[in-house]
Amino acid sequence: MNFADLLGNDPGWLTTVKAFLVFALCVLLTLLAIWSERRIVARMQMRLGPNRVGPFGLVQGLADGVKLALKEDLIPKAADKIVFIIAPIISVSTCFLSFAVIPMTGKVSLFGHKTAMQLTDMPVGVLFILAAASVGVYGIVLAGWSSGSTYPLLGGLRSSAQVISYEVAMGLSLVAVFIRSGSMSTSEIVAQQHSLWYAVALFPSFVIYLISMVGETNRAPFDLAEAEGELVGGFHTEYSSLKFALFFLAEYVNIIGVSALATTLFLGGYHALPGLTFTENWLGGWFTMIWFMAKVIAFFFIFVWLRGTLPRLRYDQFMKFGWKVLIPASLFWIMVASSFRLMSQRGASKSVVIAAAIGVVIILLAAITLFDRSKEKSEEREALGDVAPPSFPVPQIPSQRAEQLHG
Amino acid sequence: MAENSLTPRYPDLGLIAAAKSEKKIEGDELKAKGFFTQLQGFWVTFITMFKKVNTVNYPEVKEPTAARFHGRHQLNRYDDGLEKCIGCELCAWACPADAILVEAGDNTETERFSPGERYGKVYQINYLRCVFCGLCIEACPTRALTMTNEYELADDDRAKLIYEKQDLLGEMRAGMVPAPHPMYPDTTDTNYYRGEVTKAHPSQGTPIGEVNA
Repeated sequence: MNFADLLGNDPGWLTTVKAFLVFALCVLLTLLAIWSERRIVARMQMRLGPNRVGPFGLVQGLADGVKLALKEDLIPKAADKIVFIIAPIISVSTCFLSFAVIPMTGKVSLFGHKTAMQLTDMPVGVLFILAAASVGVYGIVLAGWSSGSTYPLLGGLRSSAQVISYEVAMGLSLVAVFIRSGSMSTSEIVAQQHSLWYAVALFPSFVIYLISMVGETNRAPFDLAEAEGELVGGFHTEYSSLKFALFFLAEYVNIIGVSALATTLFLGGYHALPGLTFTENWLGGWFTMIWFMAKVIAFFFIFVWLRGTLPRLRYDQFMKFGWKVLIPASLFWIMVASSFRLMSQRGASKSVVIAAAIGVVIILLAAITLFDRSKEKSEEREALGDVAPPSFPVPQIPSQRAEQLHG
Repeated sequence: MAENSLTPRYPDLGLIAAAKSEKKIEGDELKAKGFFTQLQGFWVTFITMFKKVNTVNYPEVKEPTAARFHGRHQLNRYDDGLEKCIGCELCAWACPADAILVEAGDNTETERFSPGERYGKVYQINYLRCVFCGLCIEACPTRALTMTNEYELADDDRAKLIYEKQDLLGEMRAGMVPAPHPMYPDTTDTNYYRGEVTKAHPSQGTPIGEVNA
């Protein structure tokens, strides 16, 4: 019995309970994520981080939320009031949507029903997630536009451009997964990874997804939309109180969402680490949820680690990287992956597959060398063109001065 | 003239030769050293997580300041309890922030606060203005004004941050007689200044800390 049938037999009340559980889990994870991010980044900077509210400062996120809720809710005069209110709601509701199709456990029993900790299973589950993420962009665009102010508008445009660009790379990186698994259903993809994680089998896809998920969530080092020095707060500059809290919540639920998707598609979802498969039956199957959470938290740590390590990219570098590196690389990898898939389907012999693999490697190496050479040449040309002195007066540099003195 | 201005008027220390033959840093030396150096940063942040943090849990843990830290001022006393301040206002004049107000009063035979003619009758330091530069301390001719290491000067009212004389006066130590009282018999302010008065004389009054003894 596969997941779709399993979940199809859920009575309505169980689905409601699960929906509530998923929602509560997201909010709880967000609170913990905010706390742990601040603590971890603080450690990376040899600080302690929040440690005042509750044990180890654990309730800091909740305290901040309460504080935000109690603040004055401002709507600028120039703002388009209705859109201004709707924008954060779009933002926050879409990011919760993607959790509906994430399988968090294997088969378990919940209130006496055989089911799985997944709200619903769709044959096009991953497409649904991508669609939800795309609608989420509207939240950002509309927030920026409706604020009636320059910085939010620029910030909103920046983030939407960024999210859309990186969604292309993200979508392309998923294609290899679809080709390999032959399915777009999240539960099916997880089930297929029982023996080999796609992070290993489809390593380039995994790397591209990892990078684009950071770009997609507007996080450091790709947090250009919130470049304080340039754009104040980005698209949410004019937002305060609960509406700002919603954006904040959306950002973190998004991070957890893409981490959960990465876990599902590349790290075998709720499956245990290879060699520890026996743990999947512990606690009546609920132990799989611990595996799932552990992987999501590992991804979240990567997010924090990136933030603690890398400086923010310049906008043009960021766009160049997305369009000129990630997307072509992704396309190339899809071509390779689909060729190999076709070969295995047609029953090509091992030697042919190996020969094809070597061919791909040679083509890659040749392309990289040629690229490097052309880069060197263009650099040489640039260096040559740089010799002519500028037409405006400049201070003498020491070596010129010395030449004047001593001939 | 422009040509002349280029002629060095100082001994050639080999700097010009060095500038001429300066080894240029270029090419591969300027390039990032490959992909793995990019990962070094990740190692740095990761390993820093396990290092001892620099944070001091301030209100609970108070680390001592540097020995000569410029903190709140203190008006000192001589060992017999007379005040050192003579109301000369040099501190007020030295103050770049105009934070000090001094009004001198005359010592009389019946009411004497300091050796010599005058004493600081009104002494205020406005800590909203004070920049803790210590120029007042340098200006003080009698070492009446010094700085303590106390730095917790925050308050919830601007008026509370104008410290009066009673807030600034140093504590009475055992053996001192609270002013006003006469000077040590057969001494002048010069004896005080030279540090020759080391304890209170019985004729000056009852010293603190010896009442119970």
